[in-house]
Amino acid sequence: MSVTGTLSRRTLIKTGLQGSAVAGAALVIGFDVAARAQEPEKKVAINPLKAWLRVDQNGKITLIYSKSEMGQGVSTSLPMILADELGVDWKDIRVEHGELDPALGDQGTGGSGSVADMWLPLRQAGAAAREMLIGAAAQRWNVSPETCTAKGGAVWHGDEKLSYAELVPAAAQLPVPAFDKVRLKSPDEFEYIGKSLPRTDIPPKVDGSAVFGLDVRVPGMVYAVVARCPVFGGKVKKLDASEAKALKGVIDVFEIPAVAEGVHSAGGVVVVAETTYIAMEGRKLLAIEWDNGPGAAESSETLRRQFRKLVDSSMKVVLNQGNTEQAISNAPPEKKIEVDYELPFQAHAAMEPLNCTMHIQSDRAEAWAASQSPNLVQGVIQTLTGLPPEKIQVHTTFMGGAFGRRYQWDFPTEAAQIAKRVNKPVQLVWSREDDMMHDFYRPASYHRMSGALDADGNITGWRHKYTSTSIAEMFDPKASPESSEVGLTTQIPYLTKSYRLEYLPAKSVVPRAWWRSVEASVIGFVMESFIDELARAGKVDPYEFRLRLIGGPREVNDALNPKERPLETARLKGVLQLAADKGDWGKTLPAGQGRGIACHYSFHTYVANLVEVAVNKGAVKVNRVVSAVDLGTAVNPNGIHAQIESAIIYGLTAALKSQITIQGGRVEQSNFNKFTTLSMKETPKIEVYIVPSTAAPTGIGEPALPPTAPALTNAIFAATGKRIRRLPIQPGDLA
Amino acid sequence: MAISFEVNGQKKSVDVDPKTPLLWVLRDTLNLTGTKYGCGIAACGACTVHIDGEPARSCSYPVSGVAGKKVTTIEGLSSDRSHPVQEAWIIEQVPQCGYCQSGQIMTAVAFLKKNPSPTPAQVDEAMSNNICRCGTAQRIRAAILRAADLAGNSKPAAGGGAQ
Repeated sequence: MSVTGTLSRRTLIKTGLQGSAVAGAALVIGFDVAARAQEPEKKVAINPLKAWLRVDQNGKITLIYSKSEMGQGVSTSLPMILADELGVDWKDIRVEHGELDPALGDQGTGGSGSVADMWLPLRQAGAAAREMLIGAAAQRWNVSPETCTAKGGAVWHGDEKLSYAELVPAAAQLPVPAFDKVRLKSPDEFEYIGKSLPRTDIPPKVDGSAVFGLDVRVPGMVYAVVARCPVFGGKVKKLDASEAKALKGVIDVFEIPAVAEGVHSAGGVVVVAETTYIAMEGRKLLAIEWDNGPGAAESSETLRRQFRKLVDSSMKVVLNQGNTEQAISNAPPEKKIEVDYELPFQAHAAMEPLNCTMHIQSDRAEAWAASQSPNLVQGVIQTLTGLPPEKIQVHTTFMGGAFGRRYQWDFPTEAAQIAKRVNKPVQLVWSREDDMMHDFYRPASYHRMSGALDADGNITGWRHKYTSTSIAEMFDPKASPESSEVGLTTQIPYLTKSYRLEYLPAKSVVPRAWWRSVEASVIGFVMESFIDELARAGKVDPYEFRLRLIGGPREVNDALNPKERPLETARLKGVLQLAADKGDWGKTLPAGQGRGIACHYSFHTYVANLVEVAVNKGAVKVNRVVSAVDLGTAVNPNGIHAQIESAIIYGLTAALKSQITIQGGRVEQSNFNKFTTLSMKETPKIEVYIVPSTAAPTGIGEPALPPTAPALTNAIFAATGKRIRRLPIQPGDLA
Repeated sequence: MAISFEVNGQKKSVDVDPKTPLLWVLRDTLNLTGTKYGCGIAACGACTVHIDGEPARSCSYPVSGVAGKKVTTIEGLSSDRSHPVQEAWIIEQVPQCGYCQSGQIMTAVAFLKKNPSPTPAQVDEAMSNNICRCGTAQRIRAAILRAADLAGNSKPAAGGGAQ
């Protein structure tokens, strides 16, 4: 915890810029936000976060925080939390966010952590400020602080009141109470937390005034596009840029190198022009001969053959509890199953294609980026220019979707390479084709699952042989390749007498990284399909089977990371029961229709989804999705419902529609005509139920995705008797 | 050669390659960035504007085609977010990231002009060629039905998006 009683240099500058009365005293409280990250390899990179709370002499309250708005509603939920502890109207809290300041530490937004990370420190800071303001009032009145209350932006003693504005100068002189000693309000004192409030970022999104990355306009700016080798790892062999250079409005054409280590940018040929359209037209006129390199030999089929060869082989044993091999080999044929599941690469395909605007001058640099990590943008510029961080200003804009893609720093790297040469503000624009063909994809994977049951329907053996195009292997050669892939396979909630997890990575030139819900999107499908298949093998109801095998209340530790928060089986069971109850589990449906259920724990949140489908002549129609969620305290149910609906649609799209396939080392889908998404008429009715809880809030941007695909395919099985083991569902699969 | 047309009630004249898609003229030349680039092939609808009142995908519409015509963009819908569709969008808390919403709103406005009291199935049909990766379809549907209601053309039952 860092504390200052006066304004920092930065806040002084800010106040000046805003033309506010002046500097004088303000109550400023800085607080650390504990670092958290899903990915072990990122833990090192992420610094402790900091944020600032400032109450100025006019009683104006400003929260300067690090989380970026990407549609998850954080610019509404964080003020709500602060308002309750501080005792002010939530609408009176002005938020400043996104602008990079070394004092704020890392400003990464991801891992479903915006509210979960900020919950406690923000409340503590609000409570500390409240106690200081009460202290100042008590001194003024010469009464005991216990006889004073704080609400509505003022401290009260009987009928007497002093506004926060009046109290700030005195309060700022008081010692800041230790954060672990301040009194936090109890849930029954909350005025805002738990209420559905309208999101503050929505109005500018209905009139075109919200500024996204691509909307940044700087005087004198030019536009740039890059021609990248469509084959991963390829490079320019021969370039003739004469026609492009001759196009009116084209300013410059030049090559930039690929940056391999950590960045994985493709390099290529840059066309700089007066407008986006001229830059794109100029790019069409480039005559480039590519050296495709060895990557051209890869295809989805070669990768699939590699996957199968790996799971047929003896793999690295990650976990081995009990004698799984024996349990499976000893089981009679009717009591065991062995099935393979496959999942493809997936693109993020955020609606706003990647872009970054940058102006690099000899002594300073400025960037405007729709990035999940402005720190990485700053780091990239620092690396390329040698400028010190305080000379590099990074503005975070609204993001037109992110889903993990905007955590990468390939596009800021390209922008910096370009801006360094251009000497003008330049906006790097990725076309949709660039965005789709040069993504960092959700890994493709293959799973051989074997399981055995005893006569009583207990699981005696569970073996998971797993291969994928590992994320860890790509970003951190020193990390074990499975560390980014295993997810809940090292923390399974179902009782089994033996368990064995094996893994080997597959070789691939295809870049991959974190996609919405990361490895849980894979593991959720595999585990929840498999448990359904085991239930069917045991001829029991798959919902009842899950309940029995989750068993009584217990805590399940992550076998590889025992210090991770344990899974609480009672909470998992709770959401499962709620979804089954609200979703009419067990009630009869007409022929050709079916219900499926699945549950998963990710980002410390418990979600069960129930899906109702109708299958008609092989065509799947999702009629209804019921989602039950336990995320601890639901800060803003309105925003939570939106996030759950969003994750479910994203998951249904990946199960029913989209995939990325590779041919000749390049992506076959280049736009939304081939990478299709769930349309409105295909969108089911989604009902969301939140388990009431006073526990600390956990993540919500991602956890509703993992149980979506398996609930769907389990429902298809219920409707048709056909088991989908490879996503996305293909037209012929149910014919 | 300059091309003249009207944008949001104002006369504009631009001197660009006549093949330039209207989208880029709006964004880069006229600085109207509310209209979004999403795909460039008229597949996603993020760039939807009205040309003489009809919805059009500006990414695939050469600017030469709007000479002498009236273009309306999201910025021209109202000066204060008071168009019933904008109001309904806020009431139903539709946008998440918000990037596709200009195009969704412009598509919805044109649709409601033709069909002021649609059924949910007609809404689905009309909006199914607009892509939203945040998955706001359920709320868009509710908002369009509500907008019809706000404009006084109610048919029962806009389901609540914001609980």
